Amino acid sequence: MRMSALKEKMDATVRMLKGGPIFQRKLRCIGLREGKVIKILARQPFGGPIVVQVDGRSITLGRHMARKIVVEVV
Amino acid sequence: MKKIVLMGNPNVGKSVVFSRLTGADVLASNYPGTTIDFSRGHMSLGKEKYQVIDAPGTYSLEPTNRAEEVSIKILKKADIILNVLDATNLERNLYLCLQLLEMGKPQLVALNMWDETKHQGIDIDVAELSKFLGIKVIPTVALTGSGISQVVENLADCRPAIVKWKKNDSGRWKRIGEIVSNVQILTHRHHTLKDRISEATIKPITGIPISILVIILTFWLVRIIGEGLINYAMNPLFDLLTSPLMELSYVIEEHRFIHDMLIGKLIDGEIDYTQSMGMLTTGLYMPVGMVMPYIASFYFMLAILEDTGYLPRMSTLADNIFHKLGMHGHGIISVFLGVGCNVPGALATRNLVTRKQRFIAATLLSISVPCMAQTALIFGILGRYGLGYIFLVFLILISIYLGAGLILNRFIKGESPEIFLEVPPYRRPPIKVILKKTWMRVKWFLTEAVPFMFLGVLIINVFYSLGILDLLADTLSPFMGFWLGLPGEATPALLIGFLRKDLAVGMLISLDLSAMQLVIASVILTIYFPCVATFAVLLKELGGKDMLKASGIMVLTALLVGGLLRFTLLGI
Repeated sequence: MRMSALKEKMDATVRMLKGGPIFQRKLRCIGLREGKVIKILARQPFGGPIVVQVDGRSITLGRHMARKIVVEVV
Repeated sequence: MKKIVLMGNPNVGKSVVFSRLTGADVLASNYPGTTIDFSRGHMSLGKEKYQVIDAPGTYSLEPTNRAEEVSIKILKKADIILNVLDATNLERNLYLCLQLLEMGKPQLVALNMWDETKHQGIDIDVAELSKFLGIKVIPTVALTGSGISQVVENLADCRPAIVKWKKNDSGRWKRIGEIVSNVQILTHRHHTLKDRISEATIKPITGIPISILVIILTFWLVRIIGEGLINYAMNPLFDLLTSPLMELSYVIEEHRFIHDMLIGKLIDGEIDYTQSMGMLTTGLYMPVGMVMPYIASFYFMLAILEDTGYLPRMSTLADNIFHKLGMHGHGIISVFLGVGCNVPGALATRNLVTRKQRFIAATLLSISVPCMAQTALIFGILGRYGLGYIFLVFLILISIYLGAGLILNRFIKGESPEIFLEVPPYRRPPIKVILKKTWMRVKWFLTEAVPFMFLGVLIINVFYSLGILDLLADTLSPFMGFWLGLPGEATPALLIGFLRKDLAVGMLISLDLSAMQLVIASVILTIYFPCVATFAVLLKELGGKDMLKASGIMVLTALLVGGLLRFTLLGI
């Protein structure tokens, strides 16, 4: 499933990144890489951004970006 | 002179390292994107002098915003790279580190925030990391200065690394995997109080009410501290100054022009600090006695918000609203800084991604965010009529920010990408650091503002004695009266507002305006044009063509809002 569909407090593993190469590098450089275990900390209402935790760090990213991250629930 | 460039991810403490190395004071905070331009300083290593450059943080050598572009441009000139890594976030920091090593320049790694690794359950083998990278790695705690002397000792003779990995993405990530699995051991740590606060402040259901409370509390405290400083420190101080100034007034009474310049007009035979308009009276009292207390209290509160790491949480929560205005959540940083002074606010728009976002952020900032100097004077003149009028001014300005943002978002062409932001962990800033930061900004205000205030008072006096002010007032009187409901005498204030907005608001005191007229004048003074300092920065940031567009929007908004307010607040 896509990261954008995850509910609060859910854990998942990043499986694949979609989107252009520059976008993918941006995600990887901030810590969102294939194989990483992530946790949804918060979902802002009305299509707002998602706050995700990876390696103990929190990252805020837009819903459309989260849609480009394929995850598998653990 | 050889150049040492500090590079690293955002928010790893480069600016603190820079201050330690050079002794130069630069602003550092706990949020990514504090440094939006580079700062230069100097240091000596042995006999040789080096230039040290603090660059904005970046995640990779492919820039994604203006601040990162700045940093990659500076990097090209580097003779030595000091790569600052966040020890609590090693894996992610290594990508940029490997890219830097591939450049083949001599470099050194400062493994910063070393003190935080222990209680976060992170164990890094520094010697092993150094072997893997092929260069020296020195653990540092920039905030306390620990490790900095070793950095200094090793900087002059550091070497380039031998690159043993494929210079592409997959090669780098593979190498990073090898390094991390060999040098770092993570032990599970418990949920701490910090984590809980962090969660509560970023979840919408608790975070939004908390953020509203934080904003209210911040401004309430700014007011309390500011007023306290005025009543118990500044006013008694200026009371002491009154009698020597009065003596001076007697001495130079004969020389009308000099007297008007220095002392200004005596009101009922006495010096009136707010109305006399002399350089030593109003020219000194306004910036030092009325504005500085609020500047100090605002920057004290801002430093707390910045250094604890709260601001990126606010960016996250506000993203929804800001996205509808054509920006993303990080635009709130420019508003917060702009409430202090529009100049750093305008510079902070560099953290936004596209031209559209920056244009909207900059235009809205200059239209509807009054700086603290202006706000202090608004408090000063409207406070006596009751808090309601001050609220009214801010309510109008907030409505303009939202309304103009919605409109600009529709009509300005371009993309508005989504927010993408790292939220740093909460930190407890030492009070010394907060006070020092506050002092740096107050000092900046005093050196930047007081000369302009003197210049403003000088211009007013010269123009007044030449009769230019009266001429202006008479000529524009019909327009001012019809469209804004203000007397023609308010015209000079609007013009002087280009120089200093606080002085402009102050000039309204002697005009005998009603509370509602003061509300209109305060709002118009905010909207119609930025002060000269902000104008210069905006011109540089936006370029001539966009600045012309922005100026048009400002003047148009001022006329529209002015007319509207005149008829709703004052009646026909």
